[in-house]
Parts: sequence; structure tokens; C-alpha cells
Amino acid sequence: MSTQAPPAATVPGQDEVSARIARLDEARRNPLLHVEGLWKVFGTKSDRIIGTPDADLPRRELMAKTGCVVAVKDVSFDVAPGEVFVVMGLSGSGKSTLVRCLTRLIEPSAGQVTVAGQDITSATDAQLRELRRKHVAMVFQHFGLLPHRRVIDNVAYGLEIRGDGKAERRERAQEMVDLVGLSGNEDSYPDQLSGGMQQRVGLARALAVDPSVLLFDEPFSALDPLIRRDMQNEVIRLHHEVGKTMVFITHDLQEALKLGDRILIMRDGAMVQVGRPDEVVGAPADDYVRDFVSEVPRSHVLTLRWVMRDPRPGESLEGPVMGPDTVVKNAAHKVLASVHPARVVSGDRLLGVVDREDILRVIVAEESP
Amino acid sequence: MLLGAILGIWLLGWLLFEGVATLPLGRATLTGFQTRLNELRDSFDAARDSNVFLDVVVGGIRDALDAFVVGAQDLLSQAAFPRPVPQVGWLGVVALFAWVTYALAGVRSTILVVLSLLSFGVLGYWSESIDLLIVTFTAVLIAVLVGIPLGIAMSRSRTVTAVATPVLDVMQTMPSFAYLLPLVLLFSIGPSAAVVATLIYALPPVVRITAHGLRTVAASTIEATTSMGSTRTQLLRKVQLPMAKRTIIVGVNQTIMAALSMATIAALIDGPGLGEPVIQALQTLDIGTAFVSGLCIVIMAIMLDRATTAASQRAESERRATRDPRRRRIALGAGAVLAAVAVYLSRSYLWAADPSRLPDLGRPLADVAGTATDWFTDTFSAVTGAIKDGFTYALLNPFQSLLADSPWWLVAAVLLAVAFVLGGWRPTVTTAVCLAVIFGVGLWQDTMVTLTMTLVATVMVMLLAVVFGVWMGRSKRADTAFRPLLDAGQTIPPFVYLVPALALFGTSRFTAIVAAIVYAAPVAIKLVADGIRGVSPTTVEAATSAGSSTIQVISKVQLPMARNALVLAANQGLLYVLSMVVIGGLVGGGALGYTVVSGFSQAQLFGKGLAAGIAIVALGIMLDRITQHAAARSGRR
Repeated sequence: MSTQAPPAATVPGQDEVSARIARLDEARRNPLLHVEGLWKVFGTKSDRIIGTPDADLPRRELMAKTGCVVAVKDVSFDVAPGEVFVVMGLSGSGKSTLVRCLTRLIEPSAGQVTVAGQDITSATDAQLRELRRKHVAMVFQHFGLLPHRRVIDNVAYGLEIRGDGKAERRERAQEMVDLVGLSGNEDSYPDQLSGGMQQRVGLARALAVDPSVLLFDEPFSALDPLIRRDMQNEVIRLHHEVGKTMVFITHDLQEALKLGDRILIMRDGAMVQVGRPDEVVGAPADDYVRDFVSEVPRSHVLTLRWVMRDPRPGESLEGPVMGPDTVVKNAAHKVLASVHPARVVSGDRLLGVVDREDILRVIVAEESP
Repeated sequence: MLLGAILGIWLLGWLLFEGVATLPLGRATLTGFQTRLNELRDSFDAARDSNVFLDVVVGGIRDALDAFVVGAQDLLSQAAFPRPVPQVGWLGVVALFAWVTYALAGVRSTILVVLSLLSFGVLGYWSESIDLLIVTFTAVLIAVLVGIPLGIAMSRSRTVTAVATPVLDVMQTMPSFAYLLPLVLLFSIGPSAAVVATLIYALPPVVRITAHGLRTVAASTIEATTSMGSTRTQLLRKVQLPMAKRTIIVGVNQTIMAALSMATIAALIDGPGLGEPVIQALQTLDIGTAFVSGLCIVIMAIMLDRATTAASQRAESERRATRDPRRRRIALGAGAVLAAVAVYLSRSYLWAADPSRLPDLGRPLADVAGTATDWFTDTFSAVTGAIKDGFTYALLNPFQSLLADSPWWLVAAVLLAVAFVLGGWRPTVTTAVCLAVIFGVGLWQDTMVTLTMTLVATVMVMLLAVVFGVWMGRSKRADTAFRPLLDAGQTIPPFVYLVPALALFGTSRFTAIVAAIVYAAPVAIKLVADGIRGVSPTTVEAATSAGSSTIQVISKVQLPMARNALVLAANQGLLYVLSMVVIGGLVGGGALGYTVVSGFSQAQLFGKGLAAGIAIVALGIMLDRITQHAAARSGRR
């Protein structure tokens, strides 16, 4: 029987999580990637739509009226250095267009994008190339590898076109091949590799130029579910090792929740909600998001912050101590084993308590739909 | 329905007015327009040295091309004064070609090339064969130097595409016979005119396929490399060209085959090569000689096609060679030494230089072929004669009478009505213009005869196309059996088809029609077969499960759904047939083709030949536009 109060950080890493959230919130005041009022309208005379009432029409009506499609509609967000920012939406929600607007692979119609203080939207072609060569790299759904080049030369492509020396880029490419776990396949051609391995090449290619921002456009959608899970873990591992800032596009909510520090949910080109995974699941912004997250196993996402309550008068305050950002699933065992409600503590402050019933409500609720 | 009504009115008009206003023109008679063309030719000839454009630009091109071809001939094929033999004798030439083939295409192709070249020597057409290769490759060289950059430009710029596409269309659809005489006007006869004619015909494939190859490089790869900061030049050099390399080599292969077929025809304007003995033999009805020289052309076509195909496959496999590259370098070096030794021998010893010292199989083979043909025609003349006469009297003559013996205004009205019914307003306008041109050049009745032959041959081609196309489209086994034959049929220069047709049926319109059918059938059959194959298997399955019989599946599902392919096959069939029917002027096809041929041979008929060329082009454009629009319409439905 554990009646004693254990030391605060019993679940390893929980304080780290809280600390990371705090650090990112702080860092976001000085964002690495800043997007402000971004629009993309496809169609002729598309520039005449932004700023008029037409822009607020539903897509179908706008299409019928003007022949234009609003793919990205007034999107703004900031990404902190080292953050994993996920953009999620169904197909046609404009997320792929959005990510292409960030480096102007698709020219945005209006708005501003800033990377590390540099205004992208007004950059010249040469500046833009410089940015793409050194600061922002992208990983694509369909890999986009060069079939006529061996793995090692594919990885070295970005270094080659910016003029790095042969020995230097060879060495760097080899490091990247090793980093993504493709050692021994340097001399293979892309079509000799499985889909998952091809995407590792894409990943290594993007990492090779040592960019400050990595963009992922649905990188794992074309892969089998098992491989997809491997690759997601690979991205988590790499993020741990190299700590890059990432913008990750996906239509898969599980993937978004698993990888994202924060998630931007898009619908018909517009932002619906931005928030941490637990915020999106715990406090959906509207019915659309609620419907979206209804199938999610809440205990895997929600943190104690979302299930704690104020202690009732006379309630025991001798239970185990936990951080507010502990995921319910991870706290469950300990709370269920304790006769006293667990205390949710941040620093020295008691935020609330969680007892067995609070935990069970989350877990049982998702078993009976 | 409408077409039936038009036909009815036409028949009625024909009954009433047969022989009235048919605009015939005697063989040696010239209209005013044609005489003026003769005068034009004379003034061109007179101005050749005085006019700045003709002298400097055209003259410069002509001199450069002539010098290049003659230089290559001195080196490889013709006695280089004061030597009695070329600079490099046959042994050296064989060794050089073998080495180049080995470097580009591998061992098997090398063996094929060596055997082919030796066969030219043994068959007695060494210098003609090498001449033909020289003309072909001179044109191909220019086509590649011009065509690949142009293809790159087309792949990157819509404006260039918009400008170049119609020009390429005209270059490809114009029957080759038609532009030989205008070229003579500019370049006079000889190697340079032959090279230019060959170039015009051979350029479109390499341009088109290069542009296509570059455009179809995966968009995702382009985007990925752009996202990494590639410049446009880097994109082209490091991504698009390497990825399109194999396609581009296929384009070069097509260009080589087109060049070969045109270079043989260019013998009519005094281009050097194998076309010359074929034409002479055709005109003197010397089947044996025509057979042997035609055989050389076929061997050359197979040799070039196989070797370039192997080269394109190698382009893919070579970069992945797991073998030690040093071994290959050693082999190439050794080959170079061997070739050098062979060249030296061929310059020093007459036995290695003079191909006439090789055993002569050509003469005996020609005799055998001649005898065999004589025996065959003697024995089966009843059969071949019956086929020919039956076809001629039952189908060709009545139809020709309908077209050529009706008053011109009636036929013109019928053609306009047909164009309108099939294709709408735009082809009707084109048809009107084309008919006006035909009327204006003064060759109405000849054109109608040629049109008759073209239409009749096309009907036969379409019958073959539907029968074999459906068969191949439905049966994998039939497809694997026939396709190589059809592919081979398409690589053989059209000229060669005249030889067997002439051997079987003598000189007649029917002979030209047979050659045209044989020439045009492969492309039409392939189009129909691909169309039938393209019909959704689910639909066929659904029709079968609903209890349709095989005939019902074909007639109610597959053919209607492949309608677009059928119209396209008719379009291509018409153009192929037309270009061959006029070449058939060499074997008794008469009409426009004959007029063009006599324009080459008789100076006073030059203007008439040129006029016939114009009429052929007008006819071709008219038929092409009507069927193209009909195809577009059927596609929309």
C-alpha cells in the first residue's frame, strides 16, 4: 500500500514535458517561422477576391460565381525554434498548398512569411534559392528522388547544387545515410529500395543541407501502416537527435497527435484551431474538430490538467504527486493503485487532485461510445 | 442518314452529267499556271548566282552540305581521286562502324552491323549502301543538333510550342513526294537537296519526343529538386535530361528510321544511295535487281533499328553496370587498335579496299529472284490477274468513274457536304480552300483519280485494321505474334514495298494500291488494337456476364468504345496511303504521282510536277482536317 507521498517527478520525463511546453511558449515570442495573413487563391483574376465579401463565400459558391478557388484563407501562425508544428486537415483543406507557400513553391496571393527574420514573400529569386539551399528543406509524399542517381548521390544533391566540394559533400552525405539507418545501401538506386527506405533517403537528403526548418508534406501517407509507424518513430528519434524545427503536414490525426507539439487544424483553407494535442482533444473549437477527435483514445492524449478537479473538503491530500502535463494513460496505473487521490502539482503549487473515478471516467467513456 | 442522302444525290448527278466538266488535262499539256511555274524555275536557275539570298544563304548551305557529303564519300565510299578506291576501304569502314557500334550498343549489335555491312559488299551495292548511310547520318546529325535544343525549348516555353507544333505537323503530314520539287527549285538536284529533304522529314520525331520526354519527367521530382534551390539550368542538366535520356534516344531512333526512308526516296532528286538502283530497276521492270537492292535497304533498316534500340537500352543499364569499368575500357582500347589496323590494311592493300573483290552473290541472287518472279507470274498469272481485274473492275473503276467523271462542281459540293457532316464548319472551310487550290493548279481530274485510289486503299486498310486490330486487342497471343511483324513493317522504308507489289501485279493502279495497303496497314492495325485493348475490362466483363455473345461484345461494346481509336486509325491510314499512292506513280499508279515523277525526269514538265505536288499537299490537308475534326467530334461524344 503506497500511502506515502513519493517525490514529485516519479514518472520520468513529465517535468521535461512541462518544461518543454514552457520553453516553446517562451520561444514563440521570437519565432523561427512567422506566417501572417497568408492567402492563396487559384484562378484568373484571383487577386480581386481577397478583401471583398466574396472571400467569405463557401467554396462551391465562389467557384460558381468567379471560377476561383480559395486554397489558403487568411492563415497566421508562429513556430518556435525546435518546435514540431503539425498542420492537419482532410484532402482539399489546403494544407499542402499552405506548406508550398512557405518557400514559394506555390506563389502566395497575399500575406507574409518570415523565416529567421527574413521576409520570404518579398525575396528575389536568388535570395529564395539561397534560402531553399541552406535554411529550409522539404520531404515529399512521393519522395521525388532522382531515379538515375544512387542513394548517396541523391542525398548529396542539395550540397552539389550549392557548390560544395566533392569530398566534403560525400562525407556529409554518408553521415546522413548512416543517421537515417541506410548504411550499406549507399550504392543502390531508388527503385531498388522499399517505400519506407526511399522516404529515409528523402529524409537524409533534406537533413544533409543542415536546414533550420524541415517541411514534411504528408511524408508517410504513401507507406504501409506498419512502416508508417516506424517512420514516425524515426522522425521522433531524429528530432531528439538533431532538434530541428519541423512543419509537418498530415491528414492522419493519430500522426498529428503523436508528433506535434502543436497542431493547426484546417478546413476549406481556413484555420479552425491551433493548440497542443491535449487542447485539441480536450477543448475542440467547434463541432468539426469535435467530430474529428471523437474517435481518439482520450486517455492517450489528455493530460491530468484536463481531468483534475479542486479537492473536496476533507479529501485526503496524501496521494502521489504528479505533473499537470502527465498523460492520463501514464498516470492511470499509479492513481488506480492509490487509495488517496493523486495531487497534481506544478512547482510548489497544488493545482488539483485526480482520483480513481476521474481516471476511470476518461478510460471507460472511450470504451462505450 | 445524311451521308446516304449525299451519296444518292451524287449518284443521280453522275448519271445525268457523266463526262461533263471533268477538267481533264493531257499528259504533255500544261496550263498557264504550270507554265508559269516552269518560268519560275528558269528564273530561279538564272538568279542562282546573282540573287543575294539564293547565292549566299541557299548557296552557302548547298555548298557546305555538298562538301560534307562528298568529303565523306571520298573517305568511305567513292573513289577518291587519284586513288582508284576511297581513302578507307571496305575492311576499314566495317571495322570503324563495328567499333562505334560496340562502344554505343554492345556486342550483339556489333555482330549484326558487321554482317549487314558485309552483305552490302557481297550483294554488290557497297558504295550505294555507304552513300545512303552518309546521306542519312548527315541529316540525322543536323536533326539532332537542331532538334534536341528545339525540343528543350518547347518543353520550357509555351510560346515556342505554340509556334513549332503546327510547323512540325505540316512537316510530318505532308507526303514526302510533295516537297521534293520545291527543294529542287532552291537547291537544284544533288546531295544537298537530298539531305535537306531528309532533314525536313526526319526532324519532327526527335523534337517531339525530346519535348515529350522532358515534359513527362515526374512533377514530384521537379518540385523536390526545386525546393532544394536548383536553378533552371541545374534542373535541366541534373534532373530532366538524365531522366529523359532514354526517351530522347528513342526519338533519335525514330529520326534515324525516318531519315533512312526519306533518303531512299531522295534518289529521285539525285541523292546518292540505294534508292537509285531501286528506281532504275522499277522503271525498267528489272525485278531481280530491284529485289537485291531493296533487300539491302531492308537489311540496313533492320541494322539501324536494332542497333539504336540496343543503344537506348544500354543507356539505361550501363550506368548501373556492376562490371568493372576498367574491363570495358580495355576492350574499347583493343577494339580501337584493331580498327586502326583494319583501316591501315584497307588503305594499303587492294583486297581490303575494293569491295568488288568480295565474292559476288548479288548477281546470282538477282537472277534467282528474277527467274522466280517470272515463274510465279507465269504460273499464277491467272490468279493474280483475276484478283487485280476483279478489284479493278468491281471496285476501283466504278468508284473512279464516280469521282473523276462527275462534273467538278458536283464532286466539290459532295466533298464539302461530307466535310460539314463529319466535322462541322472549320474543316468545311479548309476543304473549300483546298479544293480551290486543286482547281487552280489545273489538275482536277488527276487529283480525283488519286483521291479514288487513296479512298479505296484506305477502306481496305480499315478492313484489315478492324479484323486484325480486334483480334490482337482481344487475344494476347495474337498480339505477341503479330506485333513484331507490324513493328518490322513500319521500319522498312516505303519504297521497298513497291518491289513485291510490282513483281506480283505488274504496272497498274492496283499495284500502287497494294503497296499503299501494305504500307499503311501496320500503323492502323496497331492503333485499333490499342484502342480495343484500352476498353475497360470491367465493361467487357459486365457485358459478358449479361450474356452477350462474342460478336455482340465486339460490335456493341468494344468497337463503339474504341471509336476514337478507329477514327484516328482512319486518319493515319489515309495519310500513309496517300503518301504511298503517289509514290506508286513509279509503278503505274498514274495520276498525281506519275505527274510528279515526270516532273523530275522531264524538264518541260517540271511546272506540272510542282503543281501536282501542290495538289497532293492540298489533298492531304483536306483529308487530314476532315478526319481530325471527325475524331475530335467522336471524342467529345
